[in-house]
Amino acid sequence: MKLYFKFAAMHLKSHMQYKASFAMAAIGQLIASLGTLVGLNFIFMRFSEIEGFTHPQALLCYAIVLMAYSLAEFLGRGFDSFAQMLGNGEYDRALVRPRSAIAQVLLSKMEFSRIGKLIQAVFVLAYAIPKCGAIWSLPRIIALVLMVICGAIVFFALFIVNAALTFFTVEGLEFINIFTDGGREFGRYPYSVYGKKVLLFLTFAVPLALFQYYPLLFIIGKSDNIAYMLAPAASTLFLVPSLLLFSYGARHYQSTGS
Amino acid sequence: MRNAVKALFSREYETVNALSDISFEIGDGEMLGYIGPNGAGKSTTLKIMCGVLIPDSGSCVINGLTPWKDRIEHVRNIGVAFGQRSQLWWDVPVIDSFELLRDIYKVSSSEYTKSLDELTSLLNLEELLKTPARALSLGQRMRCEIAASLLHSPKILLLDEPTIGLDAVSKFAVRSFIKKRNAEHGTSVVIATHDMGDIEALADRILLIGKGRILLDGSVSDLKKKFSNRKTVSIEYIGNPPSAFEGVSILQARESHAVLSLEPEIVSVSDAISFLAEQTNLTDVSVSSISAEEMVAKLYSEYGI
Repeated sequence: MKLYFKFAAMHLKSHMQYKASFAMAAIGQLIASLGTLVGLNFIFMRFSEIEGFTHPQALLCYAIVLMAYSLAEFLGRGFDSFAQMLGNGEYDRALVRPRSAIAQVLLSKMEFSRIGKLIQAVFVLAYAIPKCGAIWSLPRIIALVLMVICGAIVFFALFIVNAALTFFTVEGLEFINIFTDGGREFGRYPYSVYGKKVLLFLTFAVPLALFQYYPLLFIIGKSDNIAYMLAPAASTLFLVPSLLLFSYGARHYQSTGS
Repeated sequence: MRNAVKALFSREYETVNALSDISFEIGDGEMLGYIGPNGAGKSTTLKIMCGVLIPDSGSCVINGLTPWKDRIEHVRNIGVAFGQRSQLWWDVPVIDSFELLRDIYKVSSSEYTKSLDELTSLLNLEELLKTPARALSLGQRMRCEIAASLLHSPKILLLDEPTIGLDAVSKFAVRSFIKKRNAEHGTSVVIATHDMGDIEALADRILLIGKGRILLDGSVSDLKKKFSNRKTVSIEYIGNPPSAFEGVSILQARESHAVLSLEPEIVSVSDAISFLAEQTNLTDVSVSSISAEEMVAKLYSEYGI
């Protein structure tokens, strides 16, 4: 843990060498995700609700998913850009250090500019919380917190899957982005609006709905099922197969060049 | 274009063994030069020795540990510097990179201070420590890289082209430091290099590898002897040009300067020089053996690699 903060300090120092670039990246992040938000608002100018969800409820989804995603990106950027780490030999370097490979990949990059997205998510969340029609209680607050934290873990696990596949392909694989970037973009509406099959897939295969759709039902009072409140916790189990896949990949590592 | 499309759909695979039948032992405190042309398998061997790569078969035991099985335990004992790949943080002062390494290796602060002081004075780093790595010259950076790989006082140092791209002064500094480290700390050193100067200055023993196999294993002087005992004698003279005699042939002769080749089995160096001195008025004499560079070139062509 101590080492984590040491690395964080180093990354921050490196970032601060290029202050203007850092500021622009953060603003860019903010503007990029603003587009999604504007699109969402346009849709709701035409329709008062979608599949039974109101505008503020969709905003709540949007904010939670965006927050979870930017946290995962901030922490797990090392896995997200793992192809680069393999290509330039930085992974070899990590292996000659007496620390776990996974921890070192995790520490290899921290993307502070994601603060731009995070700030936006906080604002939207602050707007949506009072307006989404939920009667706030302790269990519902717990559900909300779980949604963000567990959501970050699921996205993080997806980054690890992406990294693990890189061991076999060397080049980065874009198709996992369907679930990472795609999960974030489509997560602005409750996943149920995309149909039953998609919802089933996102419940049991890639558990994005477990931290978004089900606890949302609990929060806005559409369900009293306590299991829905705890669904995000179950979604974190996704981390287990993703880590297993990564260590399986690591055993088949071939290295590159000199 | 056609081939590119074809390659997309059907790939032809050919299994190439990066290394085969590589077997050697390195003694405590030994300095081993590891040479061979590009792609011969030097880096692969080093990567196996650092625990980065797992060989398909075979064994490797270093200090009683198998690198890829006991990786974390093993890498505490080794220092690794790859000339072409930096381990310093590009944008922060070198000293910060060093301190992070201290925490990664869990070096106690008293030991850290001791080894940092020693490395700083030997490698002349005082001025460099506060500079970000991106602002260092290649020679300065390499000195910092070597210091970084020795902060945890490893018993074994693995170097991959430690002097690549350095100027003469920096090369000399790096070499003499490695020599000193070996003498004072008994650090075993393995150097993979193309620079025969490194080999001549540092290696007690060389391993020649080509196409994944060890072709030769022996001491530098033995190898030179095996290859050629001939000595090259360069002379400057005033007066008559010298003529060839038994055991000595003239390679080139110009006015006041000649290069001769001498076979020590037939005539000793001192006899040859006194004989030459009788023939002409010598002003300068230098005697040299075959250079490592020449030797390696001969080796490569002999083995067809």
